[in-house]
Amino acid sequence: MAQTLLRKVWDAHTVRVLPTGQTQVFIGLHLVHEVTTPQAFDALRQRGWPVRFPARTFATVDHIVPTTDVARPFADLMAEQMLAALERNCRDFGVPLYDLGHEHQGIVHVIGPELGLTQPGMTIACGDSHTSTHGAFGAVAFGIGTSQVRDVLASQCLAMDPLKVRRIRVEGQLAPGVYAKDVILAIIQRLGVKGGVGHAYEYAGSTIDAMSMDERMTICNMSIEGGARVGYVNPDVTTFRYIEGRPFAPAGADFARARAWWQSMASDANAVYDDEVVFDAPSLEPVVTWGLNPAQSVFVSGRIPTVADVPDGERAATTEAHEFMGFEPGARIEGARIDVAFVGSCTNSRLSDLREAAAIVRGQRVARHVRALVVPGSHRVSRAAEAEGLDEVFREAGFEWRGAGCSMCLGMNPDKLSGREMCASSSNRNFKGRMGSPTGRTLLMSPAMVAAAAIAGEVVDVRKVARDARAEVTR
Amino acid sequence: MSALRIERISGRAIPVRGHDIDTDRILPARFLVSVSFEGIEAHLFEDERADARGTHPVDQPQYAGARILVANRNFGCGSSREHAPQAIQRWGIQAVVGESFSEIFFGNSVAIGMPCVTVPAEAAAAIQAAVEAAPETEVVVDLVAGTVTCGTLTAPATLPTAARDAFTSGHWDATGLLLDDVAQVEATAARLPYVSGW
Repeated sequence: MAQTLLRKVWDAHTVRVLPTGQTQVFIGLHLVHEVTTPQAFDALRQRGWPVRFPARTFATVDHIVPTTDVARPFADLMAEQMLAALERNCRDFGVPLYDLGHEHQGIVHVIGPELGLTQPGMTIACGDSHTSTHGAFGAVAFGIGTSQVRDVLASQCLAMDPLKVRRIRVEGQLAPGVYAKDVILAIIQRLGVKGGVGHAYEYAGSTIDAMSMDERMTICNMSIEGGARVGYVNPDVTTFRYIEGRPFAPAGADFARARAWWQSMASDANAVYDDEVVFDAPSLEPVVTWGLNPAQSVFVSGRIPTVADVPDGERAATTEAHEFMGFEPGARIEGARIDVAFVGSCTNSRLSDLREAAAIVRGQRVARHVRALVVPGSHRVSRAAEAEGLDEVFREAGFEWRGAGCSMCLGMNPDKLSGREMCASSSNRNFKGRMGSPTGRTLLMSPAMVAAAAIAGEVVDVRKVARDARAEVTR
Repeated sequence: MSALRIERISGRAIPVRGHDIDTDRILPARFLVSVSFEGIEAHLFEDERADARGTHPVDQPQYAGARILVANRNFGCGSSREHAPQAIQRWGIQAVVGESFSEIFFGNSVAIGMPCVTVPAEAAAAIQAAVEAAPETEVVVDLVAGTVTCGTLTAPATLPTAARDAFTSGHWDATGLLLDDVAQVEATAARLPYVSGW
């Protein structure tokens, strides 16, 4: 019978059905970082358990690391204590750690793919909701909490309930200036922040097929913002080319065997889905959020909805967002003044993201009132960007060029908004307080749009800026 | 490992109104910089409480000692941080009643023995109103009967069968179950080419 990738991966990893009716699922790759794991390792210690499959477990440090001065001990003693705990836990339990200063260090969802650890057909878990990113490779990847981290460390398994699959087809060519980030924000806007609960999202269609792995990762990364714990793209030639030659990828004759197995895990052509939704790519514009959840967004040419524009159930949240953000209902989003511009996060901190932002920034100056920073997703991304001179492009324009980490996306390190600052951000959440200041405000958009906003000092349509830049070149 | 059976939770309730209350609101990320969950409940809804200047339900004396939290739609969305349900539980909550929950929050709550039961939207609103009017009202969450009772109101409370059975059989702490059959785990791993070798 024709099956979806989700079903094939689920079946291949099923250990047994538990007495509760849940399925015991084997986890093929467990990624570990400093924030959600110290209590889990302590639980193992208390019970005298080892890490069952240390060779399937990899750790790095990303959430709390400073992106300027990484000298030890950190100025933040609690952060120092967390990193020291991870170092001790990895040492005691035999888990490889890509620590600060290691060439493999970076945001966990950036390094898994770039090291070739992330592969099609795997189950992947990590104590972080953006683990859905790895679904771009045709893996079934999802975020878990600390008790489940303990379960995976101890048994390499989780007790799970089956998921439905919604296929999201995106068809046609994106206009210049419209990116993967705009596609996923548009999907979340239409299906809502809880539309995906109970579902895996399978992204398909000609637009997705034409995307690079970086773009597919941006899409899958934000599945959770639409309520879907899992999002994936079927593996294809683009996937296989990306993986080949990476440090942990199978090599030689193994690669051919692996490729055949990966291919066999893709959804069958006539697989049946629980649901299907179609999006028309050419009709999309750059998207900007105006509110307090990632579904509260408009096209850059649009207006901030009034209470009358939204369904009954969303009116209270809409009013709350207007007040918190300081936006007039019905006003244009274009022209909203910003104080900070942030290019980074597991959503948009890869080399292609930095290239797109740099293309907008080149030869320009950040507006005088704007503090702008670029935080590469990993040490490796950072070095590759520097090899192309992108760091110079950003620095000359007035951006700060930082070390790798999660940084301002969630403000767990020294990079935070202060007071009511408004931030144009390539990250994934515009929740109240998300960027480290309880009253700070976040506008989510693509890296190119962040770059354009940094230069203009306000939200602008990157398509106009890019047109001007092209015209200048022609002159 | 046999854990505690959880069948029925009763006590006073605390209403927390609003849809899409995310885990950054429940527990802002800056309070995750710690190697233990101890004392985390002090920061439950910290920024929301500061905003509300003492009027947040968590700061209202009539809700002190509540055992049941009554929420609305998509409660606990956002980050996978278990710190959010941990803070709620450590504050004294033993069950959450709501119109719907985010999946990761729900799973984390199961893993720590705090059932999140779903009731119709009107029932969640009615219970919140009833508790606001009379905070001493006893609310009963009965997992076996599948109901939430608040004064004269009884609403159907749903919980996926597996989660309900996990609570009522005392198997909600899954680690023991997952370690029951290590041979089968090894056998599953051996069948996966990327584990056993290409």
